[in-house]
Amino acid sequence: MSDPASGPSAAAVPAAGMVDRVRIQLTVNETAYSLSVEPRRTLLDALRDDLRLTGAKPGCNMGNCGACTILLDGEAVYSCLQLAVECVGHTITTIEGLAQGDQLDPVQRAFIEHDALQCGFCTPGQVLALKSLLARNPHPTDEEIERGMAGNLCRCGAYPKILAAARALASRPD
Amino acid sequence: MSIRIVTTHTEFEGRVYEQRVVMEGEEPPVWGPDAELAVVGTPQPRVDAQERVTGAADYAYDMQPAGLLTAAGLRSPHAHARITRLDTTAAEAAPGVRAVFSRNNAADFQNPNRDATIFADELLYQGALVAVVVAESREQANDALRLIHVEYEPLPFVVDPDQALGTGPLAATTKASNILEEYPKTYERGDVDAGMASADEIVEVHVETPACLHNSMETHGATAEWDGRMLTIWSSTQDLFGVRRQVATALGLRQNQVRAVKQYMGGGFGSKFGAHDSGLLAAYAAHRLGAPVKYMLTREEENLCAGYRSPSIQTFRAGAKRDGTLTALDQRSVASIGQGAWMPPVAMATKEMYLCPNVRAVDVAVQTNLGPFASFRAPGAVEGTVGLEITLDRLANALGMDPLAFRRQNYAAEHQDLNRPYARKLVLEAYEQGAEAIGWGTRNLDVRRYPNGKGGMLRRGVGMASQMWGGDGGPPAQASAKLLPDGTAVILTGTQDIGTGTRTVLAQIAADELSLPLDHIRVELGDTEFGLYSPPSGGSVTLSSVGPAVRMAATEARKQALEVIAHLTEAPTDAIELRGGTAYNRETGKELGTLASFLEQLDGHEISGKGMRGPNAENMTVRTFGAQFAEVEVDIGTGQVRVVRVVACHDCGRIVNPLTFSSQIEGGIIQGLGMALMEQRIVDERFGTVMNANLEDYTVPTIRDIPQIDIILLDSPVVQANTIGTLGAGEPPIIPAPAAIANAVAHAISRPVSALPLTPARILDLLREPAQ
Repeated sequence: MSDPASGPSAAAVPAAGMVDRVRIQLTVNETAYSLSVEPRRTLLDALRDDLRLTGAKPGCNMGNCGACTILLDGEAVYSCLQLAVECVGHTITTIEGLAQGDQLDPVQRAFIEHDALQCGFCTPGQVLALKSLLARNPHPTDEEIERGMAGNLCRCGAYPKILAAARALASRPD
Repeated sequence: MSIRIVTTHTEFEGRVYEQRVVMEGEEPPVWGPDAELAVVGTPQPRVDAQERVTGAADYAYDMQPAGLLTAAGLRSPHAHARITRLDTTAAEAAPGVRAVFSRNNAADFQNPNRDATIFADELLYQGALVAVVVAESREQANDALRLIHVEYEPLPFVVDPDQALGTGPLAATTKASNILEEYPKTYERGDVDAGMASADEIVEVHVETPACLHNSMETHGATAEWDGRMLTIWSSTQDLFGVRRQVATALGLRQNQVRAVKQYMGGGFGSKFGAHDSGLLAAYAAHRLGAPVKYMLTREEENLCAGYRSPSIQTFRAGAKRDGTLTALDQRSVASIGQGAWMPPVAMATKEMYLCPNVRAVDVAVQTNLGPFASFRAPGAVEGTVGLEITLDRLANALGMDPLAFRRQNYAAEHQDLNRPYARKLVLEAYEQGAEAIGWGTRNLDVRRYPNGKGGMLRRGVGMASQMWGGDGGPPAQASAKLLPDGTAVILTGTQDIGTGTRTVLAQIAADELSLPLDHIRVELGDTEFGLYSPPSGGSVTLSSVGPAVRMAATEARKQALEVIAHLTEAPTDAIELRGGTAYNRETGKELGTLASFLEQLDGHEISGKGMRGPNAENMTVRTFGAQFAEVEVDIGTGQVRVVRVVACHDCGRIVNPLTFSSQIEGGIIQGLGMALMEQRIVDERFGTVMNANLEDYTVPTIRDIPQIDIILLDSPVVQANTIGTLGAGEPPIIPAPAAIANAVAHAISRPVSALPLTPARILDLLREPAQ
């Protein structure tokens, strides 16, 4: 991750409302996008408002809820705590990019099968958090699942079913 | 077709309404216990799950019509203040800003739902709206907020309910009292004083329950667009038809100029009835500016102005004979409703749950300088059940009785309040099965109570609580069913799926009535323009109201299809049966052809059936009943409580989808666990401001907090309730959860518990008291 202080716009700190936009290129779901953003624009807002990828949800805009979780170089991160300009040169995966064509990712299929969602607002973040966990640890224990998923809130309380989906995926043969 | 109009009664969150029912045709006979159903009653993944796991589901927050503007609100930092000066000129001139709305230019803009102006001069709580900026981007809107110049005259404020009832200042200068009009209200049955006098044991119990913030993952708000002819509002709401009505009234439009849409919503839990000020403002700004506007609340705004479970202070006196017969219940409940304007039914269970001839319930609703409370999943019932069930455990202890045996002994077979029967009350079954599952009989054994020995730090306890709630729904609710030429079906209703799985259960009902595979059914809902009227989704009434309407619509469509097949095959209509999309002659066993093969001969005519929810049964009370049992582990060194296991047994009639039903039960229990152990809005009484209006300092359960949850199904139709025999399941599971956990904690630490949430600090305080 690049240091935001050395980012492309660090030199100028203009008055509020008078911020110069910067042109950046973001690689999202294996597609390169060129966009013009204020340096302070979060990755979440850039994804949603500029690229119209609205799968990542704004739940709190302060890194408390996890609804905006995306994968940055394969790691689950809160996109509301990331500036878009920091993400230049990194690989971004959003929920829209998880399925391979019509083929849902196994994590998505497990969420459907186990009813690991209710209202669905936190679900894209939950799916990507689990995807990231399984990528680094294909066979997590319950304790590891709970630790890995504790940063994603679900107010409907789908947790038992999320745990069931995660257990099913964790017990798959390699 | 001629219509007939009958009168019936419906209950919504403890309040009974007289309701006019307009019926066209007759409802089909109820699906009884022996109904042969292939899809209803089977676990089915949600028909719209794929949209939710791929990001394709569009929420109000996600709508982006071309040229969309973003709104942001400036809100009062004071608990009570008057605006003495408001200057928005600098903000209006800021880059990207298209308008600033405030009392300066929108003073007459009203919310018809509460009959009050949206931009008031006297600000009655921290978070009351001062101005709204509409700009081209979120950043620009937020920048402009800082350029608005406001001068406030702070006024005396009151946030503590005891002070509001006592010598504290008035929460609003326009009112003569902080007590809501018509309160206190007293309910009385029998003679409470005589009942107390005849008791051998009397306990007095003081219980306090916290203000819990809904914290729906999607905040309140809407995106709205005005095209010069129609106002379309995509609203995060539980009540689309209420949104349509309120927007039309507020903007001076006709109802046929307003379309309210909500395909998906990120939770509501009772807080999202109607358009809310935020939705009305989006509509107002879109209408005035002629451009689409989105106003979604920030998390902080949400937690200051969009509702909470009203905190309660309850005092109980309860008396019983030595043999365990209840003689009197006396409850006083104070609900601190902020700037809300009604009182939730805190004493509902006290009036009905247990057999008691002498009952008094005094309700006091007190207003303070906090935002308006809002319905929160079984409002009142959750708080009142905490009070009642804690009181019953205390009384059982005082009598030296087993708490469960005490409840069994005071079982109330009839609705005492109205002197009429219940359609059914399976609470004794719930006690029996729940007690067996949790191992109630061994709850006092040392080997169970001290999991790491008597010298260790862990203590275990088991507690339980009973549950009652409405959930039988009622009219009006309408639907239509279309059979398309290829033998597939579209079901149209105007209801909304608030996350419970409504599309799926409605599709299951239609699949069975039409004898079609589930994947041949598509359910369209969430749109006032195309769906027929459906009630607000709350009070656990959606399925029990809309489900029968969908069933009748499908029945009517099936009848027409049978007529068509009879005409085309010359088989008698009543000999034809449909199975799996194919028609058979029941008498000869002969296959007549697929449904599609007949429908495609109709030259494009689409069969269309209309259905509506019929009247409710009169002279009886239809309720959900149940019980939960909780086992907890308390660390007496740290005060940490862990809920180990919850056993839940609720009678919600026929279970249409056991998979989504279990999700509802689990979700309710987990929200109840939050209230029991961690959730509470904290108000700094020196300033009257909320200290944790966010998801950092206001803690909700995470995946690490969940217990093992075992659900015992009592799955059979309540045939008196409606034609599908189903009652709601949204609210019942939260009702007993905090009470059962509180009683389990009291058992674990051998000390009475009286205030929630049971935080570690509170547990350590309790442990300083002598054990009982």
